Formats: sequence, C-alpha cells, structure tokens
Amino acid sequence: MKKSIWLSVSGMMERKVELKVVNLKKYFPVQKSFLERLLSGKIEYVQAVNRISFEVRKGEVFGLVGESGCGKTTTGRLITRLIEPTEGKIFFKGEDVTFIQGERLREFRKYVQIIFQNPYASLNPRMRIGEATGHPLEIHGIATGEKKKKMVLEMLEKVGLEPAKKFYDLYPFELSGGQRQRVAIARAMILNPELVVADEPISMIDVSLRAKILELMLMLKEERNLTYVFITHDLAVAKYISDWIAIMYLGEIVEIGRKEQIFSTPYHPYTKALLSAIPVPDPKREKKDIKLKGEVPSSINPPSGCRFHTRCNFTKDKCQNLKPSLKMVDKDHYVACHLY
Amino acid sequence: MKNLLTIKDLRVYYYLREGTVRAVDGVNFFMKRGETVGLVGESGSGKSTLGLSILKLVASPGKIVSGKILFNGNDITGWNEKKMRLIRGSRISMVFQDPMTSLNPLMRIEEHLVETIRTHQKISKAEAKKKASLLLNEVGIPPERSGDYPHQFSGGMRQRIGIALAIALNPDLLIADEFTSSLDVIVQFQILSLMKKLKASHRMGLIFISHDISLVSEIADRIALMYAGQIVEFAPADVFFSEHLHPYSEGLLNSVPNIELSDQKLSYIPGMPPDLVHPPEGCRFYPRCPYGEDICKRKEPPLVQIEKEYMVKCFRYDGKKSRT
Amino acid sequence: MSEKVEVKYSISRFIVSKIKNIFPQKGTEYFALVGFILILLIILMAIFAPFIAPYNPIKKVGDILQEPSSKFLLGTDGLGRDVLSRIIFGARTAILVTLLAVSISLSFGVLLGLLSGYTGGKFDTVFSLVMDAVYSFPGLILAIVLAAMLGPGILNTAVAIAVIYTPTYFRMVRGLVLSLKESLFVEAARAIGANDRTIVFKYIFPNVISSIPIVLSLNAADAVLTLAALSFLGLGLPAPTPDWGFDLRAGHAYLASKIWWPSTFPGLMIVILTLGFSLLGEGLNEILNPELRR
Repeated sequence: MKKSIWLSVSGMMERKVELKVVNLKKYFPVQKSFLERLLSGKIEYVQAVNRISFEVRKGEVFGLVGESGCGKTTTGRLITRLIEPTEGKIFFKGEDVTFIQGERLREFRKYVQIIFQNPYASLNPRMRIGEATGHPLEIHGIATGEKKKKMVLEMLEKVGLEPAKKFYDLYPFELSGGQRQRVAIARAMILNPELVVADEPISMIDVSLRAKILELMLMLKEERNLTYVFITHDLAVAKYISDWIAIMYLGEIVEIGRKEQIFSTPYHPYTKALLSAIPVPDPKREKKDIKLKGEVPSSINPPSGCRFHTRCNFTKDKCQNLKPSLKMVDKDHYVACHLY
Repeated sequence: MKNLLTIKDLRVYYYLREGTVRAVDGVNFFMKRGETVGLVGESGSGKSTLGLSILKLVASPGKIVSGKILFNGNDITGWNEKKMRLIRGSRISMVFQDPMTSLNPLMRIEEHLVETIRTHQKISKAEAKKKASLLLNEVGIPPERSGDYPHQFSGGMRQRIGIALAIALNPDLLIADEFTSSLDVIVQFQILSLMKKLKASHRMGLIFISHDISLVSEIADRIALMYAGQIVEFAPADVFFSEHLHPYSEGLLNSVPNIELSDQKLSYIPGMPPDLVHPPEGCRFYPRCPYGEDICKRKEPPLVQIEKEYMVKCFRYDGKKSRT
Repeated sequence: MSEKVEVKYSISRFIVSKIKNIFPQKGTEYFALVGFILILLIILMAIFAPFIAPYNPIKKVGDILQEPSSKFLLGTDGLGRDVLSRIIFGARTAILVTLLAVSISLSFGVLLGLLSGYTGGKFDTVFSLVMDAVYSFPGLILAIVLAAMLGPGILNTAVAIAVIYTPTYFRMVRGLVLSLKESLFVEAARAIGANDRTIVFKYIFPNVISSIPIVLSLNAADAVLTLAALSFLGLGLPAPTPDWGFDLRAGHAYLASKIWWPSTFPGLMIVILTLGFSLLGEGLNEILNPELRR
C-alpha cells in the first residue's frame, strides 16, 4: 500500500508551510456496557479520521468541508491538540507537535487557537466577559492587573464590542449569540496566535449577521497575517472565504485543491453530488440533480476500499477492494478516486 | 376559488415574567389549495409561532390574543381542543425539525402508522396495514424495515417516517417547521424532492417554515418573509427573488452566500432585531433600514398591495400600484 | 379609624409593597422569606440568649413542674428550671450543632465531589463506592452508632451528623462535575491553556455552587431533626446543656399526668426551626429555578 504523504512542490515555493498533517488517524473506542463487552469480546472503533494528509500555508484560509460525521470537527480538535491522534503526525512550523505535553503544549497554545461553533456554550456562564477574554493572558503570565485590563479593552473594541467598558462587566447571558461569538474570537485572538481553527463559527448565528463575523475574521487575518483552518458543512460559505478547500467524506479527504479549481471543475463524484444539492436563492435556476443512493454509512463499520463506493454511480470492482490515494489531476488540484 | 387558509390580523403573545413577548403581531396571510408558501424569517421573527398557532399548538404562556384563522372557509379561531383534534393530523398536519417529536420511540413504525390511521378512520387493522405499507413505500422506506423502531433509523429516514405519519390521512395542509434544518445537505435535497413529489400527488398545501431563504426558493411558490412578528413581504417566489422590494428582503438576500456566483460581495444587516416586549412604535425594521425616513419612525407602515398577489409592508411603496 | 391604626396600616402596606418588589410573584417564593425570618429569629435568640433569657437555664429557680405563669412564662421543668430560658439557650446548641454539622459535610462532600468527579478513574470509583455505601445506610441508625462511638460533646455530635450528609453533597456535586467536564466552555478553557486546577476552581466550581444553597437548607432541616433524635435518645450532648431534644425526652415522662409544658415547647421549637429551613429551601428552589407562569 502506497504511503500517501502528499507534497505540493509548487505550493511550497510560494509560501511557507504553517501546518502539516501526515497520515493522521483518530479512532474512538465505542463505549459498550459491561454485558455487551462480555458478549462480543472485540472492541469496535469509530473511525473518525482515517489517514488524512494536507498542508496549510501561512496566511491562507484552508476550508475543511464535509457533512456531519466526516471527521472535520475531529480534525480540528487534533490540530489544536485538544485530543491526541491514534496515529500519524502533526507538524507546526516544521516542529513535530503530535504528542507534546506540559510546558511545550502550553507554549503551543499561544500559537494555535480555536473558535467553537456554539457561542451559547463556549463561554463560562459564571465569568464576566472581561475576565473570560483576559484569562489567557493570566494563564500564560503575559499580563495582569491594569495592563491586562487595558489589553482586554483594546481587544473587545477591536472585535466590535463597544463601548468596551460596558461589555467588560457583563455576563454571557446578557449578550446575543453574535456578540458572544465575538467574545470567543477576542479570547482566541488575545494571545496573538498565528493559526486559528474556526469550527463552524457562523452556523449558529442569524443569517443576516453572519457576514459581519466573517468580515471581522478576515480583517483580523489581514492585520495579523493569520492562517485559518475553516471548518464548515456549508460549501457556499467555504467558497466565499477559503483559498484552499479539502472535501472530507467518512474520515477521508476525497478531493483537495485551490478553491477556484474545486468549484469550476469538481472531479470526485461526491463533490459533484454535494455541489448539485446546495440550494441557491434563485428559483428560476435549472437544477442538475445527481441522484445519490442511500445515506452516509456508519464510521464504525465503514465500506472497504473507497469508502464512497456504496453510493457512487460510477463504482467499479476496483473501488471496493482498493482504497484510492490522492492524485494530482490539475495544477493545485488532487482527487482520491479510481476514475482518474 | 376559496382560499385554503386565511389569517386575518393575527396576534399571538407570550406572557412571561419579564414581560409580554409579542411574537406574532398583526399577520395577514392567505394561501390556496395545492400551493407552497415559504415562511421565512430569522430567530425571533415569529415564524414558528405562526405555524403552531394555525394548529392551536401554541403552548402556555402563549396565547392567541386576537385575529382570525379560517381554514377551508371555517373559522377555527375559537375552536376548542376537542374540535381541533378532529382536524389535527387528518386535515392539517405538522412536521418538525426533530423527528423524535412525532415518533414514539417504543412503537414500531408500521404500528405507529396503523394506529394513527385507525384513530381517525374506521377501517380494519389489515386494511390500515396495507395503507401503512403503501405510505412507507411512497416515502422511500424499504418494506423490510417496517417493523423497526425509530432509533434504528438515520435522521433522514426518521424525517421520511414523520412525513408518512403526517400525510397518512391525506390532509389538505401540511406545515413543516424547520423540517430539514438538522439534515445534511444531500439528505436535505432528497427530502425536499420527496416533499415536492408528495405535495403534487396528494394535492396538499404546504407551508414550509425555514430560516434558509435559499432552501425555500427550491420549493416555494410564494414567499412570506417575516420580521419581528410581522410579514413584511409576501410575493410569488420568482418575483421575490428578482424584486425583493422590502429593505429587509434586500438586506437578507445580500447576506446569503450564493454558490453560483464568484466574487460575491457578502454583506450583513447592521444592528439587531428589536425587543419583542417593547417593539418600536413605527416600522420595526427602521433602526436597521438604509432607506428609513421620519415617517417610518413614527408610524407603522401599511401593508401595500402592489399587485394582486404581491404585498409589501413599507412606506416606500405606499401609494404605488406597480413595481416601479 | 384612629390615627395610630392609620399609621400602622400605611406602614404595613409600605412594607408589603417593598416585599412585593423583591418577590413579585405570589406563592412559593414567599416561603423563602418566611423561612429566612424564622431562622433569623432563632439565630438572634441564640446569640442574645444571655440577654433575653429571664433565668439561668441550668439552675433550679423555682418549684418543679410549675404551670406557665407570669413568673415563669412557659412554666418549669422536672428539675425546677425555667422552660423559657432553657429553650432560649437551647437555640444555641441547635444552631451551633446544626450549622457545624452542615458545614463539615458541605466542605468535605463538595471538595471530594469536585476532585472525584474531575479526576475520574480508580480514585473516583473508590470514593463513589464509599459514599454510596454510607448513603445507602439508614441515616439515623448510622448517626446513632457514630454518636455512641464518639461519645457526647458538641463537636462529636456534629461530626456524627455530618458523616451521614456528606454523601448527599458528594453525589450532587460529582454528578454536576461529570456533565460540566464535557461541556464546551471547559474544552475552551483547555484550548487557551488552563491547567486542571484552574479548570476545576474557576470553570467548574462556580457553576456548581448555585445548586448548593437549596440542598443546604433542606439538609439543615434534616440535621435539626437528627440532632433532636440523638438528644432524645440520650446521645449527643451532655446534661445539663440546654437542648431541645433532651428536654423533649425529659418532659415526655410527665405527659401522662397532663403536664404538657416541659415537652411541648421544646418540641415546638424543633418544628419551627425545621420548618424554617424547609421553607427557605423550597422557596430558594422556586426563586432560583422558577417555573413558567401558568
């Protein structure tokens, strides 16, 4: 079986690689009751992430796209080392951070931060906004007292929570969803990280206010030369904000490339199906309906070979037996499919 | 042709300790047989409350305060629980975002269908069973799974079963409240196609409630856009997307990413929705409106009828009888 | 209406309107206020006992078993001591032992619940087993056994009572910690680099304490009764310490002869204090976890 470490020579020439993930795997053991364990004996695993590899260059927005259960959120947790991989490696700025602990891990957190999906649950309900935003500074011994307060007020203003002094003393329940998400962003940004993982940051925000958050994120990116890993199920949003996009299905990357490439010439049957299913605010548009069979299979017992073969309209014998690896089909465009 | 559903100046308020939330505050609405109306709005717009109030399912401390609901010509506004139960499920059905709201976890799905059918129709168990398997086939559930329990199905399949239950008695009207919001995009597409097909074959009216305007455009004949408890624009779908007369409609459509466009300039609507306990005196959208004028601040805008089936609640179109 | 009555009327109306501002909703919430007042009165009684009580509670000050009169408002007991003074001083032991017991069980229960719930693993398994074992034991029996083993004394009695209530706090806090441990804001705390200690005390604990006051009040109510039971059985506090449970027992013997006052008044005080804590607990529950208005 070929090792699927993926290198993009042309890409590396332009910008430095900030994050590199190699054959990353995360399997979660399935929780079973005592009786179930007794009866079946073997341990089953949820194969959340199954040997994925990709690179993210400095200053770019890397969109990680897929439906629920595809492993994108788990990947986000792995990159930020909130969980440890089962196998594989994670490199940040060339350094192997896969299994770092203690002080090194704490250092790492100054560089890599995360914004979560649910603004109603990601803030401590008993901590005032100012305290919550400034807590990272305290933890890392960067600032305390008046200096800390000053930095917090600056940050709150920067994310649009004005007057900052007023928001400083409020509790999360006194803020709207959009405001809370901005606090979450402030908290993530106050350490001046270099890479930020955004896990569905706008999916729980009202539609008419989403662009405001995106605008804020893009502004911060420009100002601080940030790199984003933007996780979303919404391809339309991914198209709007990403430079590169990776499409995930059942724990694997099926297609990856520059945004323009993916949307102008999608190769993978799953990508095509995904694109055809996305609603467009235009009732007059002619819809091309790609009838995809069935539903996403379980990641505990995923299909053999190419995991998509059970639903694919172009499946061949080969697809069931051999797992396809990512191959270059165009400049800045890679697909894992036996059709190519 | 008589309307299937007519709502006149409906007001539904929630009496909470913090104050009275005016969730639906003066809604006028109508739809004909076989039509699909997309009821669109963001959080707090009142769309779910409106859907629930048609079936008198608004839970205490909510209450229908005033207005009329006419279904098939009958004034059902004052109907008590007993009378409503006669039409719930049989003449008007409702399906929700969470499939487990409608599905009994302890009942096999075929059983559940049979029970539902026999509650409203006096037919034998065998006949009901036959009907049930026809329904399951219609919604795409394989026959070998008719003896399974809800938890054994995926989210998309549970929604299909939910539809089967809802259309079992051939209702005239189906209300779907954020029905596909918890589904992935491909399954969502499948369910939407199914609903379109069933709507036609059963000749049902459909009120499709959603916050997703793009999604609604795939299925609706007409769009009713709600903001802060009121309908601000009510138009045929294609006209809505091309004209979007109300400033809120315009703002909303500009904030929705369109995958077909490259180089889209996404914008947002500044400000926040109003406090429904103390809504502003004049137009509720005024604080966020780029075209607001003095009169908008002082008086509530009228519901202007632009054309026979096109209404906008905005001073900009007051006195104008055409779309210019 | 005379002027005096008018003034009293308007004052009481004023007070009621102020109360209505704090508790706008009629009903169960008023319980908290009533309960609080009852407890406060008894605490004041305990603190100012030497100033309020007319006589020395442990000395014979009159003939035995005298009826309530102007000299001895609540009569005298079997040893000629003033019943009123005894119940006033009895408040001291009641409050002291109860609050001491509850404090001990709270401190240990909450702390262990926090650590055990967060740490998990074998530590948690062991502690949970121990706490479950204690919890499943009939409380009063356990208290009796412990009190008998430890011997009399305020601290010993408090400890005996504390032991049976520690699992209550442990289980409650542990349950909360287990669910909070998985919550998103705790994960977020980890993401910004917080260590375990910070997470437990700054993120988890503050979200646990809101559940404590209710359990505390209801616990205290129970503790009052347990203490009374212990004293009734002769365990706990040494004579001649004024103690309601003890006096209840002592006066009990004379009930047959229709001499009601030595036992009734201590009994009444037990009821009032228990009621006070119960009402406070129920009322707090209603305030902190209100139900939707119907």
